Amino acid sequence: MTENQRPLLLQVSGITKAYPGVIANSDVSFAIGTGEVHALLGENGAGKSTLVKMIYGLVKPDSGTMTWRGAAYAPSEPRAARASGVAMVFQHFSLFEALNVAENVALGMENPPGMGALAAKIKEVSTAYGLPLDPARMVGDLSAGERQRVEIIRCLLQDPKLLIMDEPTSVLTPQEVEILFRTLRQLAAEGTSILYISHKLEEIRSLCDSATILRRGKVVGSCIPRDRTAREMAELMVGAVLTPPERGAKKDWGDDKPALEVIGLNATSPIAFGTSLKDISFAVNRGEILGIAGVAGNGQVELQLALSGEITSANGMVMAHGVAIGAHGPIDRREIGFVVAPEDRLGHAAAPDMSLVENAFLTGAVRQGLTQRGFVDWPATRAFADQIIQTYDVRTPGNHVAARALSGGNLQKFVIGRELLQSPDVIVINQPTWGVDAAAAAAIRQAILDRATAGAAIIVISQDLDELLELSDNFAVLNEGRLSPPRPVKGLSIDEIGLMMGGAHGAQAVAHV
Amino acid sequence: MIRLEKRPLPSQFWQVATPIVAVIMTMFAGGLMFATLGKNPIEVIRTIFWDPLFGEFAWYLRGQLMVKAGPLILIAIGLSLGFRAGIWNIGAEGQYIMGAICGAAVGLAVFPTENRLIFPVMIVAGAFGGWAWAMIPAILKTRFNTNEILVSLMLVYVAQSILAMAALGFLRNPEGSGFPGSRNFSSYPAAANPEIIAGSGLHWGGVFALITAGLLYILLQRHILGFQIKLAGQAPRAARFHGVVPEKLVVLCMGLSGALAGLAGLFEVTGPAGQISIDFNAGYGFTAIIVAFLGRLNPLGIVLAGLLMALTYIGGEMAATNLGLPSAAVQAFQGMLLFFLLAIDVMSNYRLRLKSTAAKMLGVK
Amino acid sequence: MMDFGGINPAILIASLMVASVPIMLAALGELVVEKSGVLNLGVEGMMIMGAICGFITAVKTGNPYLGFLGGAAGGAALSLIFAFLTQSLLANQVATGLALTMFGLGLSSLMGQGYNGIKPPLTGVVPFGPLRDIPGIGRMLFSHDWMVYFSIGVVAATWYVLKYTRTGLIIRAVGESHDAAHALGYKVNRIRLMCILFGGAMAGLGGAYISLIRVPQWTDGITAGAGWIALAIVVFASWKPLRVLIGAYLFGGITVLQLNLQAAGSAIPVEYLSMSPYLITILVLVIMSSGKGRTALNAPAALGQNFHASR
Repeated sequence: MTENQRPLLLQVSGITKAYPGVIANSDVSFAIGTGEVHALLGENGAGKSTLVKMIYGLVKPDSGTMTWRGAAYAPSEPRAARASGVAMVFQHFSLFEALNVAENVALGMENPPGMGALAAKIKEVSTAYGLPLDPARMVGDLSAGERQRVEIIRCLLQDPKLLIMDEPTSVLTPQEVEILFRTLRQLAAEGTSILYISHKLEEIRSLCDSATILRRGKVVGSCIPRDRTAREMAELMVGAVLTPPERGAKKDWGDDKPALEVIGLNATSPIAFGTSLKDISFAVNRGEILGIAGVAGNGQVELQLALSGEITSANGMVMAHGVAIGAHGPIDRREIGFVVAPEDRLGHAAAPDMSLVENAFLTGAVRQGLTQRGFVDWPATRAFADQIIQTYDVRTPGNHVAARALSGGNLQKFVIGRELLQSPDVIVINQPTWGVDAAAAAAIRQAILDRATAGAAIIVISQDLDELLELSDNFAVLNEGRLSPPRPVKGLSIDEIGLMMGGAHGAQAVAHV
Repeated sequence: MIRLEKRPLPSQFWQVATPIVAVIMTMFAGGLMFATLGKNPIEVIRTIFWDPLFGEFAWYLRGQLMVKAGPLILIAIGLSLGFRAGIWNIGAEGQYIMGAICGAAVGLAVFPTENRLIFPVMIVAGAFGGWAWAMIPAILKTRFNTNEILVSLMLVYVAQSILAMAALGFLRNPEGSGFPGSRNFSSYPAAANPEIIAGSGLHWGGVFALITAGLLYILLQRHILGFQIKLAGQAPRAARFHGVVPEKLVVLCMGLSGALAGLAGLFEVTGPAGQISIDFNAGYGFTAIIVAFLGRLNPLGIVLAGLLMALTYIGGEMAATNLGLPSAAVQAFQGMLLFFLLAIDVMSNYRLRLKSTAAKMLGVK
Repeated sequence: MMDFGGINPAILIASLMVASVPIMLAALGELVVEKSGVLNLGVEGMMIMGAICGFITAVKTGNPYLGFLGGAAGGAALSLIFAFLTQSLLANQVATGLALTMFGLGLSSLMGQGYNGIKPPLTGVVPFGPLRDIPGIGRMLFSHDWMVYFSIGVVAATWYVLKYTRTGLIIRAVGESHDAAHALGYKVNRIRLMCILFGGAMAGLGGAYISLIRVPQWTDGITAGAGWIALAIVVFASWKPLRVLIGAYLFGGITVLQLNLQAAGSAIPVEYLSMSPYLITILVLVIMSSGKGRTALNAPAALGQNFHASR
């Protein structure tokens, strides 16, 4: 079937939406037919999320119209959108950890049946679509993939005509992605339209019937994904041809001890519903990059905290150049050249309401010598902030600006640049390019590779497999707080990686199918 | 419809303007309150804010200003450190009482010895008393994760009971023919805290308050500890990432605010109050919370705020005697001030926007 | 029956049931507020506003029942200020709560001018008929005014609503994650406003009980820290309504016991007795908080955080 033959479900015409300082959507138009899987393709910040929030009634457009099966459609709130038959699976923030699965599902429904009946319904529907779920379990105890099932089931119980999925595969193992795609194809075959938001081109080529490509809030093209190469679509999406990052020549630094060695590290998670670390061991030499993959919520944050010294352990569990530092805090670790860039930029890596100068001081104080007898040398700190801004091309009106005023990509460049500029020996980066546009991501990856060439030992924790395979020498997977033995990236197949990532849970999912 | 829109940068203008606008709005709202009490609002406002400074008895009342402002400033500066770091010591009243009891006990223990060292030792004892009392919520928080707000407040009631015991029992004046209250320090020069410059109202408490304000201003602006305190309050996770140990910060901020409150108590009991009595404490520990916020948690701002709040006390007393205004009116007035302050504070971080115009303005752009 | 230094246990239990009513109501109201993710430290202020508003209404109308309505209205009115500041203007909840208490203490004593020393109209005892005459139990359980039974009923109703109804589920959801609730289309600030008003009304009712039945007269600062104890009871109860009942009886019992010991001329100095409820509160807080995150897990995840829908 081609696009024209499907009865039209939703038509979006000339939608514009502006926020202070940003035009999120400008004159956006596209259409979805019944039973069509339609991709909304674009980089981070291209305006995809704002667009679907308007379809879901969370945001009102400034101008433009929508029609639903030929009639005018302007949902004033999500309830109205749900009543029309629109359902949405969110990228983040729509589950309640301390409530159980059934309660979470009930909250997303207009007129849920009694809890007993609902639980039975959840079991029935979830099994029918190959996404088994226990309605009585607390959502906080579920894996990221299982949480997504909760959201999908919540949508399916409403018998939606249009299912919106916002970056659904970013939290799934390759095997789970396969299961999800099977479910989506089944839904489409039953006549449900799917609006699929992603920036992953191969996924879109395998799943979607048609695609609308957004760049900086504008529609820059539409296509049948199967007829295009990933490269063609990437150029439309990014608007420029990006050169892949280059790795300098490797050399042997002749150390007798690894730059960083973690030996049998155990740590209890300080976070509610967090994952504790169990017996983690690995070693990284100078000039080497270790990539740590894993689905979100398997101990990535805890590992970063244990490496930065925010959680301390027995002293001998973390060794830098043979010196035990497990019991030392962040300041001591920085002093010996061990720096860390956390995943969460606003609130963890940087203080949102503080200026870039103060944020430069946040981790630069020790190694850049920004204090004298405890007094802050503000002129030197300003100079350091300016150096970060210049070296890493951080777009900002000045160093006095609060961190929260920067775009995600720019703040990430600042945060990572701040660590890389301190001529560190050991670098740990959690999610280096999460939510960052392609140009900034490429710049960040290149900077990481350059530091490795210069002789730093680097650990990159990421959920983006492509990124890890591009950067790393060795590869390991974090699963339920345990780390698989690191293996050289060369010769590793995607299937093997998938099995490493899935662990027991993945095996179950596979067995079920 | 009016809508809040987050500013990309905190507004410098509103940081400074907030307390001023809040005071003006409180005067209007307070005037309304006084009018419903059947008083002439303009006369009341003039009596409270103008007469103590420029009226008939200003020569005396201006001195009183520093007497009342001293303890308020000293306590508020201590509290402001914790408030900045998100550590809520609201039991300064108890620490103030315990500092007074400790310091006074040391002085009374050596009565009637005359020695230059007695007063300095009493100062140390006063600071220790307040510090130790504040350490209880601090240690319970760091060891058992107990809420410091509730514990520090409960300890105010406990301190009041101890004060009653002291005034009626272990510190009672043996020559007081059975009346409650300790010996009067004004008749014990080695332990007394008299006015330093006649008519200025400035005693050692005021001197300490001004010196502390200066030192802590420098600490907050220039020292890494000031940075850490601010960071811990604004972004606790970023603070831990920087290397702040939250437990240490709790002990430091609670301890310092307790010690300063204890000092304030000691200076009050040896100076203006003169003796340990069952109700020598005048609620300074609670009013200081308002002073801290009114001064925008900034030591120099707190000095100004302390003077203003002292003015409302003195003016309130005048309004009570001259115009028959109930003394509780001033308390309500002070509470109102804090409301307006918190309400207007939204302007520092948000802009008020009319919903439709925001879109239009951007559309033009 | 046992005797504690001349104190009859039946009378002790009967009087602790009365003594616990104000803190039970206030704690229950605050529990709902905190369940929705809001920390209102102004309970003391709302209680005392309830005490004076209830007292004035009862004296003016001569009807104690209208007095209780007036008390609830007074507490709710003050909580409306809190709701406006924290929900509309995004003011810091801790600071606003403190301001509420200070303002309430000042305003109440202002309003109470001229009401000192007046007796309020009497609130009648519920006629249980022959049940009252059962030895021991009759005096203990069936000799009280209607508010004693009403407050227990409110505890049960709150427990039911929070646990089994959609309203309760929405309140818990909002307190757990306001972002998620917003994404699903719930009006976070409006739901919280409702909870804050409920909390204010309950605190006001508790305050009115103090000035109309427990004391019964008006004096400045009549609540004497009951609001703070109510806040502690919420922590003690680990945010579970039925445990509020236990907590309130525990604290009510301590208060009654120490007052009886004072009256009975016990050997323990009065000051020790009068500080004992506060010391025991601290002790209970320590025990409840130290259970390695147990209470922390029960606490609503979004407690004390303001919500602003940015995009």
